[in-house]
Amino acid sequence: MNNSFEIAKETSWCPGCGDHNILKALKDVLNELDLKPHQVAICSGIGQAAKLPHYINSNGFNGLHGRVLPAAAALKIVNSDLKVIINTGEGDAYGEGGNHFIHNIRRNIDMTHFVHNNQVYGLTKGQASPTSQLGMVTGVQTKGVLVEPLNPVSLAISLGASFVARSFSGDEKHLKFIMKEALNHRGYALVDILQPCISFNKINTFKYYKDRVYEIEIHDVSDKAAAFNLSLEWGDKIPIGIFYKEEKPIYHDRLKWLSKKESLVDKKLDPLKAEQFVKDFM
Amino acid sequence: MEYNVLLGAEAGQGANTIETIFSKTLLRMGYNIFSNKDYMSRVRGGHNFDQIRFSKSKVHTHSDKLDIIAAFSKETVELHKNRLKPNGLIICSSKFNITGENIIAFPFEELSKEFGNPKAMNMIILGIIFKLFDIPMEIAKEVLRENTSEKFIESNLNALRQGRKMVEVKYRLMEKNNENMLINGNKAIALGALAAGCTFYSAYPMAPSTGIMNYMAEKQEVMGIVVEQAEDEISAINMVVGASFGGARAMTATSGGGYCLMAETIGFLGVSETPAVIVNVQRPGPATGLPTRTAQADLKFAVNISQDEFPKMIIAPRDAADAFYQTIRAFDIAEKYQIPVTILSDQYLADASKTVKVFDFENIKIDRHIETHYSDDKYKRHEYTETGISPRIIPGKSGDQVYILDSHEHDEYGHIVEDKATRIKMMQKRMNKIEALKVELQEPWVIGKENSDILLISWGSSYGAIKETVEKFNEEGVFVTALVFGDMWPLPKNLLEKYIPKAKKIISIECNYSGQLADIIQEQLCFKIENRINRYDGRTWSIEELYDELREVIYE
Repeated sequence: MNNSFEIAKETSWCPGCGDHNILKALKDVLNELDLKPHQVAICSGIGQAAKLPHYINSNGFNGLHGRVLPAAAALKIVNSDLKVIINTGEGDAYGEGGNHFIHNIRRNIDMTHFVHNNQVYGLTKGQASPTSQLGMVTGVQTKGVLVEPLNPVSLAISLGASFVARSFSGDEKHLKFIMKEALNHRGYALVDILQPCISFNKINTFKYYKDRVYEIEIHDVSDKAAAFNLSLEWGDKIPIGIFYKEEKPIYHDRLKWLSKKESLVDKKLDPLKAEQFVKDFM
Repeated sequence: MEYNVLLGAEAGQGANTIETIFSKTLLRMGYNIFSNKDYMSRVRGGHNFDQIRFSKSKVHTHSDKLDIIAAFSKETVELHKNRLKPNGLIICSSKFNITGENIIAFPFEELSKEFGNPKAMNMIILGIIFKLFDIPMEIAKEVLRENTSEKFIESNLNALRQGRKMVEVKYRLMEKNNENMLINGNKAIALGALAAGCTFYSAYPMAPSTGIMNYMAEKQEVMGIVVEQAEDEISAINMVVGASFGGARAMTATSGGGYCLMAETIGFLGVSETPAVIVNVQRPGPATGLPTRTAQADLKFAVNISQDEFPKMIIAPRDAADAFYQTIRAFDIAEKYQIPVTILSDQYLADASKTVKVFDFENIKIDRHIETHYSDDKYKRHEYTETGISPRIIPGKSGDQVYILDSHEHDEYGHIVEDKATRIKMMQKRMNKIEALKVELQEPWVIGKENSDILLISWGSSYGAIKETVEKFNEEGVFVTALVFGDMWPLPKNLLEKYIPKAKKIISIECNYSGQLADIIQEQLCFKIENRINRYDGRTWSIEELYDELREVIYE
């Protein structure tokens, strides 16, 4: 099938990097969901994963490191006809952008967030990331990582995110399934995608993940406490799948004064509408 | 004849409420008003004051000479009594044990208890002021009703009546209706943004800019727009980028510290050619500085904000009316040239209310400078053009065209590049927009007699003090010309080139330590400005202060 999201563009990713699989899965899924490139905006910050918008035919936003969430949120607020997808690395999402991650979950804007989590910084060549495991030795963390890793799945569930999932770049079928579920979710959906970095992470390799990940089977996705408990499992066994899912009002539902029919950008602008406020000053 | 009333109180004693009612009543009686606030960064206690200067003639700034001091606190009397005119009056509580011919003292605290509300004190005092000026009860009642919540209207009116009984008429004011409004700088900017079609506003609260967000939020439902309080200023400005990319007219406002946090993103707006309006309501720094005071000390920072070079515009409104019209113009220029426009306001302008002619909404034109691209050729967001301005489309609203917005250096489509040739061409394309922008520039306002030996140079809210001081000198036969800049960057040079050669003495007047505009003029025109009047105490000049300082420099 001809995929309109395809673009002839050489990537700057290493051969064998998990990013390639994520890009391919995303193009396939968007096409399978019958979306058109002009209906989609793929937004990122800075990092290796964040280069993805350049490698896919759609609207794109390649912003500043850590700052994509507020930009994507406002894009969706004003231009709500667009399918807004955020595609970043874990440094972008949980490190530099940590504060925005927290507060964006509270907004529950209808957009999907794919995080390429390879537990290491790639673009800056191998320093620890917020999810690097304790003790991992790098050029900067010469005595090993001294701080505990951040658990994005637990964090998102605890903050009230309406869709929280994890997948693995090495399992195409699972990844595409989770991506579709996330894209079809109404509200903010986070998918943390485990992804090996073949150049800088010699611990969390393809084999490391392959040996550990297992698909969540018997679990009530509406049970927040159970979801949180499950999210704490990390070690010899790493669960992948949907941890938590909830239908709740999205940000736009709370803006009761906005038209439900037209996007804010289609609103006719009329200076005379503000003239009524002159009476406040007389 | 002009009058000047000072209301001094601790935070929370209700002086602001009576300032609003008093000023609006005067406005409806046809007076021109200039009222400013001097307040501390706290919610309760401290010493705050409002000064309300009013006259049948135009007033542009505050004055030191007072007719009435209404003192809610003893400190008010001590701090300001030396400013009282010879026949001026002090209204205060008899509890302060201050006596004298010009003292009107009553046991306000006890009287308030009779109204079942200790805060009724402010209404009794307002009643006294109204009676002294012989202000008709009908107008006062009407304004009080509009500005008081339902449950306090009756008790406040009774307290007002009580105050009126306690003194005799001292001044006679004449009634007159007119077509004026009374507005402060913050609200004028917010109203300008609403008129200009700003549909998305995001900010993080920060004195003295918060008034803009409050006003936008108050109107969001009626206007059908979105006001979002961001988690920090970095988020606020990135929301503005996202909203502008999405096709909305978007704005944020902050003060010095927040503007620092926005620096990187303002560079992103520059490289990605995204329109945005950013308001910096200046306060003294560095860092937290003096949160509730005024300064004009961020000019060089605004000119040089963010790394490397990109086209930008900086506008410093000179009074409330200018703030309204310049905000509308800022949105137009931002979209026409696809650049960030910073409005440099300051605390004095933000909080001072001034009588201005009712704003003209009829002649506001909104041109979005947005195109559609339905051709089969792939759309180029950053297409090379002679002016450097490329056609801009809204994502998803131009057939099946798509594009990418990038903070990296990029090619015409917006894709990352690193090659030398593209970098040079893109840099030139963007910087060419500065040349194109020059046709938009407005020369400074000229005040006083043309071509005097003495030339004053200033900008922004210093306009009020300069305007009245220059007029005073000219009345005395000392001829002075002043150029007051509103467009700061790119710097308009025509009038400077015309006036500088004719002047014998050139004096810059700025609320900063070194004379930042003077430095910029020196650099741009290779002309040395040696006489500089600067202040950096967090306050700005009254007419008298500026007059005295200028006399010294003129006659030195």
